[in-house]
Amino acid sequence: MLRSIALWLEERLHLTSLFESTAGHKVPPSTNSWFYVFGSGTLLCFVLQIVTGTLLAFVYVPSTSQAWTSLQYLNNDQFLGWFLRAVHNWGSIFMVAIMSLHLVQTFLFGAYKYPRELTWVSGCVLFLCTLGMAFTGQVLRFDQDAYWGLGIGASIMGRVPLIGAQLVHLMLAGSTIAGETLSRFFSLHVFVVPGLIIALLSLHLRLVLTKGINEYPKPGSVVTKESYENEYEEMVHKTGVPFVPNVIGKDLIFSGCLIIAIVTCALVFGPAGPSGPPNPTLIHTAPKPDFYFLPVYAILALLPAYMETFLLLVAPVIGLAILILLPFYSGTGEKSYRQRPFAVVVVLMAFLTVGLLAYLGTFAPWSPHMQAWSSAVTPVDYLKGRTALELHGAILIQSKQCRNCHSLGGEGGQRGPALDTVATRLTPDQMIRQVIQGSGNMPAYGKNLRPAEVTALVAFMQTLRPSYQPGARDSTQPPQSASANMGTATRASR
Amino acid sequence: MSDNNQNSDCGCKKLNLPQLNLTNDARAQPLSRRNLLLKVGAGLNGIAAALIGLPLLGYVLSTFTRKSADSWISLGPLDRFPEGETRMAVYRNPVSKPWDGDTAEVPCWVRRIDSEKFQVFAINCTHLGCPVRWFQESRLFMCPCHGGAFYEDGSHASGPPPRGLFEYQHKIDGSELKVLGGHLPTLAEPL
Repeated sequence: MLRSIALWLEERLHLTSLFESTAGHKVPPSTNSWFYVFGSGTLLCFVLQIVTGTLLAFVYVPSTSQAWTSLQYLNNDQFLGWFLRAVHNWGSIFMVAIMSLHLVQTFLFGAYKYPRELTWVSGCVLFLCTLGMAFTGQVLRFDQDAYWGLGIGASIMGRVPLIGAQLVHLMLAGSTIAGETLSRFFSLHVFVVPGLIIALLSLHLRLVLTKGINEYPKPGSVVTKESYENEYEEMVHKTGVPFVPNVIGKDLIFSGCLIIAIVTCALVFGPAGPSGPPNPTLIHTAPKPDFYFLPVYAILALLPAYMETFLLLVAPVIGLAILILLPFYSGTGEKSYRQRPFAVVVVLMAFLTVGLLAYLGTFAPWSPHMQAWSSAVTPVDYLKGRTALELHGAILIQSKQCRNCHSLGGEGGQRGPALDTVATRLTPDQMIRQVIQGSGNMPAYGKNLRPAEVTALVAFMQTLRPSYQPGARDSTQPPQSASANMGTATRASR
Repeated sequence: MSDNNQNSDCGCKKLNLPQLNLTNDARAQPLSRRNLLLKVGAGLNGIAAALIGLPLLGYVLSTFTRKSADSWISLGPLDRFPEGETRMAVYRNPVSKPWDGDTAEVPCWVRRIDSEKFQVFAINCTHLGCPVRWFQESRLFMCPCHGGAFYEDGSHASGPPPRGLFEYQHKIDGSELKVLGGHLPTLAEPL
């Protein structure tokens, strides 16, 4: 009975030939490697995102007035809503991560070279689409970060010459962040970009079938346009093994581990946000992007201002062109990373740069600590035995918000230098000048401090040095006598 | 190929590439029914694509070409703003939709210099649009994102912002302070 049903289906659907030309197609045996599991892993993440995303859309309301409430409902009231949100969030993080590994692996293994140029190009565009999904998804979690994140996106668009204002309007679907903005991002996240991904993915997979999967490159074997395709065909013909069942085992194990990892993260860490409600009048917030965009967030704080617009608008275009056009200027020759030291250095540099910027983005040392002036304590040692004038200076350091950017005893902002040993670096005159005129990243306080206040502030800062280190002195002045120095040191902080 | 051969008397062989070179002037060939249908079909679909495509493009790009429609909005009575101080004021976006929710509420900073002189600043930092906070004690606006700071008159004090705070046009209308608002200020379209 079963056999006859199977035969009937086979006769109608030609399943055997479909299988042989797709899942059962022959691949070089060298591709049976743990390095070849990232592509299928990314695909699995995408499928997981589609499923969980569709289910979340059952409940989510894409309206600026109700999106935040519907997210709260998903988190707290909808049965397993929190779990689905958590899986969707962690699925996206894993998708970006695994896709990056896939990109690096294909780059290092020379898979982009002749004749797989379009596989590479479609893969690069898929990568961009995935980042687009990450950004639009972050907007759908319509909270404070999403609201101000949109403002950041609009500000970047507003730097485009000539058509900046129009681009802002196109992005926001109007002149402000409002109801239509969220609807637009919902449509992009749920229909437009996923549709594009499915179309490109079909092309990507078809190319994997028609042009074959890249063999595990041997050092010294060189790709030439004249001979490569014949050599590859011959290799697959002679030694090729069907992908299913011979090679898929490692993919299955990796996929299983991936799902377990995503679910574990979802269970342990739970869903992301939403943070505070998207009310623009609640300004006591420090907007921060999701982890994929932390490097961008960091670089925007660390760059000199004159480079910013260039780096925001021109550098990504150049970078993407270098990446996407890679097979067209380096399409033949050596494939193995063992013979391509420059490629390895590029990957290491990219990892270091992105990793370091993301790390810095996590701590954001450039952001003032907005509450430090009222919440950070002054170490007791810095106050003991001080004169009334110096103590008044210590109060001013708090009340004038100096602590928002300068730390004492490890507490406070890190935008400016820590003040614990400031007396060893600046003479009293230099302190007065710095406070009154500012410089570099410090505002001038000349208009906001009375002369008596500056005197008190500087008197306090003069005590901020270890007892074993003399205070900074002007080199044109003769050194102080040993006894005078000791006199100050006994009152010094440490 | 066999199909072409069978229909050779209707001139369809023209499609056969090797024979294409033999005909110097394609217009000299009699117009075949298949050719005509193909051309009319393609043309018709071209017109259909334009008929549906242009309105679609117009729909999507309408926001690209739409101008900001700013209007004068009241920030409340003048006595809400004490002289010599900077206070937050909130107005409702004049172009808001019923489903905008809280996002239609737009905050701004109002500095009253003396009885008649005001400055009204957008909440958005000129660097990347984050909300700046006013600190009365140090008389500075500070941005929580990348550490931009502005003096009380809105001028740039430190950090990455490329200019001072965006300043609203304002007027005193009777006993009310009004500002000209309705769009998110950016470097391309300041207030």
